[in-house]
Amino acid sequence: MQISEAWLRSFVNPPVSTEQLVAQLTMAGLEVDSVTPASAQFQGVVVGEVLAMEPHPDADRLRVCKVAVGDKEPLQIVCGASNVRVGLKIPTALCSAVLPGDFKIKRSKLRGVESFGMLCSEKELGLAADANGLMELAANAPVGVDIRDYLNLNDTIIEVDLTPNRADCLSVEGIAREVAVLNQMDWSPRAVEAMPITYSQSLSVTVSEPEACPRYLGRLIENVNAKAETPLWMQERLRRSGIRSLGAIVDVTNYVLLELGQPLHAFDADKLRGTIHVRSAKTAEKIALLNGQLLELNTDTLVIADEHQALALAGIMGGSETAVSDKTQAIFLECAFFAPRSLAGKARHYGLHTDSSHRFERGVDPSLQWRALERATQLIIEIAGGNVGVITEVRHDAALPQRTPVHLRKQRLEKLLGVVITDETVSDIFKRLGMSVVTHADSWQVTPPGCRFDIAIEADLVEEIARIYGYNNLPNTRIAMRSELSQATESRLEINRVADLLVDRGYQEVITYSFVDEEIQKAIAPEDTTIRLSNPISSELSVMRTTLWGGLLKAALHNINRQQVRVRFFETGMRFIQKDNELCQQKMLAGLILGSPLPEQWGEGLRKVDFFDMKADVEALFALTGKTATFLAANHGALHPGQTAQIFSGENELIGWMGMLHPTLEKQLGFDTPVFLFELEQALLLNKQLPSFKPLSKYPSVRRDLALVVKEEITALELITCINSCHEASIKNTVIFDVYRGKGIEEDYKSMALSLHLQNEQQTLTESEIDATLNRVLEILNQQISARLRD
Amino acid sequence: MSANPEEILAQSLEELAKVTELSQLEQLRVHYLGKKGLFTLKMKELGALDPDQRRAVGQGINLAKEQFQNQLESTKQALEHSALAERLTSERIDVSLPGRGQSVAGLHPVTTTLRRIQSIFASVGYKMVEGPEIEDDYHNFEALNIPAHHPARAMHDTFYFDAHTVLRTHTSPVQIRVMESETPPLKVIAPGRVYRCDSDITHTPMFHQVEGFLVDTNASFADLKGVVYEFLRAFFEKDIQVRFRPSYFPFTEPSAEVDIECVMCNGAGCRVCSHTGWLEVMGCGMIHPEVYKSVNIDSEQYSGFAFGMGVERLAMLRYGINDLRLFFENDLKFLEQFH
Repeated sequence: MQISEAWLRSFVNPPVSTEQLVAQLTMAGLEVDSVTPASAQFQGVVVGEVLAMEPHPDADRLRVCKVAVGDKEPLQIVCGASNVRVGLKIPTALCSAVLPGDFKIKRSKLRGVESFGMLCSEKELGLAADANGLMELAANAPVGVDIRDYLNLNDTIIEVDLTPNRADCLSVEGIAREVAVLNQMDWSPRAVEAMPITYSQSLSVTVSEPEACPRYLGRLIENVNAKAETPLWMQERLRRSGIRSLGAIVDVTNYVLLELGQPLHAFDADKLRGTIHVRSAKTAEKIALLNGQLLELNTDTLVIADEHQALALAGIMGGSETAVSDKTQAIFLECAFFAPRSLAGKARHYGLHTDSSHRFERGVDPSLQWRALERATQLIIEIAGGNVGVITEVRHDAALPQRTPVHLRKQRLEKLLGVVITDETVSDIFKRLGMSVVTHADSWQVTPPGCRFDIAIEADLVEEIARIYGYNNLPNTRIAMRSELSQATESRLEINRVADLLVDRGYQEVITYSFVDEEIQKAIAPEDTTIRLSNPISSELSVMRTTLWGGLLKAALHNINRQQVRVRFFETGMRFIQKDNELCQQKMLAGLILGSPLPEQWGEGLRKVDFFDMKADVEALFALTGKTATFLAANHGALHPGQTAQIFSGENELIGWMGMLHPTLEKQLGFDTPVFLFELEQALLLNKQLPSFKPLSKYPSVRRDLALVVKEEITALELITCINSCHEASIKNTVIFDVYRGKGIEEDYKSMALSLHLQNEQQTLTESEIDATLNRVLEILNQQISARLRD
Repeated sequence: MSANPEEILAQSLEELAKVTELSQLEQLRVHYLGKKGLFTLKMKELGALDPDQRRAVGQGINLAKEQFQNQLESTKQALEHSALAERLTSERIDVSLPGRGQSVAGLHPVTTTLRRIQSIFASVGYKMVEGPEIEDDYHNFEALNIPAHHPARAMHDTFYFDAHTVLRTHTSPVQIRVMESETPPLKVIAPGRVYRCDSDITHTPMFHQVEGFLVDTNASFADLKGVVYEFLRAFFEKDIQVRFRPSYFPFTEPSAEVDIECVMCNGAGCRVCSHTGWLEVMGCGMIHPEVYKSVNIDSEQYSGFAFGMGVERLAMLRYGINDLRLFFENDLKFLEQFH
C-alpha cells in the first residue's frame, strides 16, 4: 500500500523527519519498501492565466498568448496545445525554469515570434506518463504561486509492504493510528457528522447470507452531477496512492477506501430494478464485470443482485451494467461488511484481485460502515451535489465478529520473551494500541479494537508487547540445553565424503533443477513414468526428473556451447519416480564426463575419456564403503548397447548404471564427442562395510604370471569368478595386467595375462606346492571356460 | 726375472692416468691386483728368495702396491664425481612446467554454504534432518497454520501436482515431520531444495533453504535472538550489526525478519541494500501454538523457536555474487571460482 506522507501527516504529525518516520514504521513491522518524491524535480513553474490569445502569423497550429504570472508583466508565450484558451489557468514555466530531465527553459523564437516561457502539460512536469494537451488548473488557482506549493508536490510517497495480518493498516487512518502509538501521541479517529436527509426515497435490502454479510448499508443520492470535476487535492492524493482519477463518484469511493480502509461501491440507481438482494449466485449465473470480463459464477459466490440479475461480485468488483457513468443522475451507495472467511480465495478463483477484495479478505473493521458511508456521502455532496437519502441497514449482530477478551499471563509473557517488562509498560502499550485492558494480579485481560482481526490468542498479545517495546530492546541470550552425545554411525558413509572424493578426482559439482524438459526426459528414460506439474513455469521445466542425467546433459551442453572441451560434473539430489502407483523420492548421485581424462598438458598424450576412466571413479566410490562392486553388461535406453553396465553392490543389490551415452542421443542432443554417465542410488551406495581384522601372514608371497587364451566372449569377470571358484586358499589376489588380440592369437580369441599372488599363513610355499596349485586352477579353467595357456 | 716393483708401479700409474671410464678402472685393478695381477705375481715370487731378502723385497712390493691402490681409489672417486656431475647436468628439468595428472574440481557454492551453516549449528548439537520435496498440502500448509485460502498462501506461488500435492515451498514442513515423530527437547536443522512458481532476475523456481528449530521447556524469544545473532556473526566471520524487525509468518508468533548491516558497504548504503544499509537475511519467530496443536505437543509445557534462511542469498552476500540465476546455469567459468 502506498500513501502520501502529507496526507498521513494531516492525520497525525509527529515531530520526526521523513527518514525517522519511515524507520519507525519498518521497525514496527510495517515494512517500508520505498520512499519516493511525489513528483520529479523541477523548478521555476508558477500558476499562469491566459489573458489574451492570437494566431501565430506564420504557423497555423501555434498561438501567441499573453500569460499573467503574478507580480511581473504578463509574458508573451507561443503555445501549440489545442486546449489553450483565454481564461485558462495552466502551469507556466518561466525563463530559467528547469523541468524534469534537466530541461532548461530559455527565451526563444518560434517561427519568428519571441516566446518567454512555456505552458506545461502533466507529462512535462513529470506528473503523468502521457498527457492530452496542457494541464488545466482550477479556475480559482492563485496566479503567480509556485506550482510545487500549489499542488503540494513537496511530498513523499511511502510504500508500505504490509503483512497479511495487518489489515488494520490498509488505510491512511490505520497507519496514522500506528504512527501515533509509536510516537506516544494522543489520537482518535475523526468523527464524521451525519448528513442531513434531503431525499425521502430508499431501496429495500434483503440479505440471505447473513454469515457472509452480517452488515449491509446502502443509501440513495439523487440529482448528482457525475460529470463534476474531482478536486485537484483529491486527484493528487489518489495519484500518490497509485490510483487514477475516474470521475467524481468513483474517486470518492476510492478515496474513502484509502482514507478509512472501507471499500464502497456506487451503483447507477436508475439501472436498478426493485429490491437489492445479497445472496449466493444461482447455478450458471453470469455477470459482466467493470473490467470487461464476463464470468459464469459458482454457487458459493456472494453477489449483490436486484430483482432481475446479479449486479456485482460482493466485496470484489461491480458489474458493468449498473456502473456509474457520465450520464448517471442518481446513485445507490453501498457500504458493507463482508466476512473474511466467506470471501477468502473467491477473487483468486476468478483470477481477480482488487483493492476491495484485498481488504475484505484480510478483515475490515465491522464497526466502520456508518462512518465510512457518511464520509463518502459528505464528499459526494461537496463535489457532485445531490440529495441524500436515508441509510438502509441490514444487520445480523450474531454474525458480526466479536472481539472477545484475551488473557495474557505475566509468567507466560516473561517465559516467551525471556525478559521482565514492567506492568505499567505492558498496560500502557495495550492502551495506546486502542485495546481495553483489565489488570489482574498475575494477568491482563485485553479486548482489541474492531479493526484488529489478528488479536485472538495470548501469543498475539505477546507479539504486540514485543513489537511496541522493540525487538531490539529485548536481550540476546544463550539457551542452555541438556547435551547428548551424537551417534557416530560408522555403517553409513557421509555423502559429503563421496562428494569430496569426486571433487578430488576432478568432478565439478553442479546443481540442476529438479524439473526438466519432458522431451529430454523421455529421450533418456523412455520407460519411466514421470510426475507432471500442473502449473509448470515453462514446458522446459514441466516434469519431475526420474534421473539426474537430464540436468547433467543440459549443463554439459551449456558449457560446450561456451567453448569448453572437457567437462566432468556430478550432482547429488532427488529423483522422483512412480513405482507401483507409489511416489518414490530417491536421493541419487550421478556423474558425467566428456573430453580428455586429464586436463590438457605437455606431459600426457591427448585422448578422449572411455568407459574405464569413469569406471575407476565409480570403483573409487566403492573403495570408500569397503563394499565390492560388480559390473554386468546390460541394456539401457539412453546408453550404448555395447558399453553399458548395471552396477551391483555387495550381495547382488542393483545400485545403479553407467555407460556411454547412446551415439544417436549424443547426436540428437548436440554433442560432438562421446559422453559417459553414471548414476547410483545414495541409500545403497552409502552402506558401509565395517572393517574386520585378519591376521597377517609372516611368510613371503609369490607371484606367478599366466597368459591364457580364451574365446572373445569370455569376460574378465567370468575368468576371475572361475579362478575364485577353485577355492584355492593360497591364491590371495588375481590381477589382469594385459589383454592381447592379434598376431599369434586366432580370430575370435584373445589372450589375457594374469598375475596370481599366492601366500600361505603357516609356511613358505614350496615350488612343488605352487605348481600343483596352478595345475589345478588351469585344469578347472580349461574345463569351464576352455581356457588354455598361450604357447 | 720379471720387472721390479718400481717399474710395475710406474707403468701402472701411467696407465691409470689414461683411464677415463669406471669400467677401464676395473680392468686395470684386475690386471695389477687380481689373482694373476702383476703385483700378486710379484708377491708369489717372494717364496723363491732368501729369507733375508724376502722381507726387504716384500716391503718394496707392498709399498708399490699400496701406492697403486691409493691412486686407483682417488681416480675412481674423481671419475665417479664427474660421472655424477654429468648425470645431474643432463637430468636438469624445467620445474616451471605444470605437474602431470588429474585436476581438482570444486563443490557448488550452495553446497559450500550449506556445509558451513550445518557445521556452525552442529557444533552446538543441532541434528540434521531432511524431508521429502514433493510434499502434501497438510505438511506444507495446514499443519503450519496456513489453511486453504489463507492470504499467506498467495505469497508462496506454489507448484501443484494435484489439489493435495505440492512441491514444498519451504523447509518448514520438516519441522512438522520431526515434531510428529519425536518428543522435545529438539534441536534440528533441515536444509534442502524448495520451490516457488516464480522466475525473474531475483527469483529462480528452485532454491535452497535451511530451517532450524529448537523446542524445550524454557526457550524464549531472547534465546532465539541470541542464536540468530551468534550464527550470523559466525557465518560472516565479522562483528556485524544485526536487527530484528516485527513481521508475520502464520507458523510463528512473535515473528521477526532479521536484517544485517550491509556486508557490501558496511551499512553506508549501496545498490545491493537499496541504500538502506540493511540486508534482510532470515525470518524467524516463536513456534505458533496452532503448530504445536497439530503435532500434539503441549504448548504450555514446551516453547520453542524456528528460523529459516535462503542459502543462495547468504552465498551471494558471502562471495559477492550479483546474479541469482548463475547458481543454476552451471557455467564452469562461474563454478570454478569457488574451488
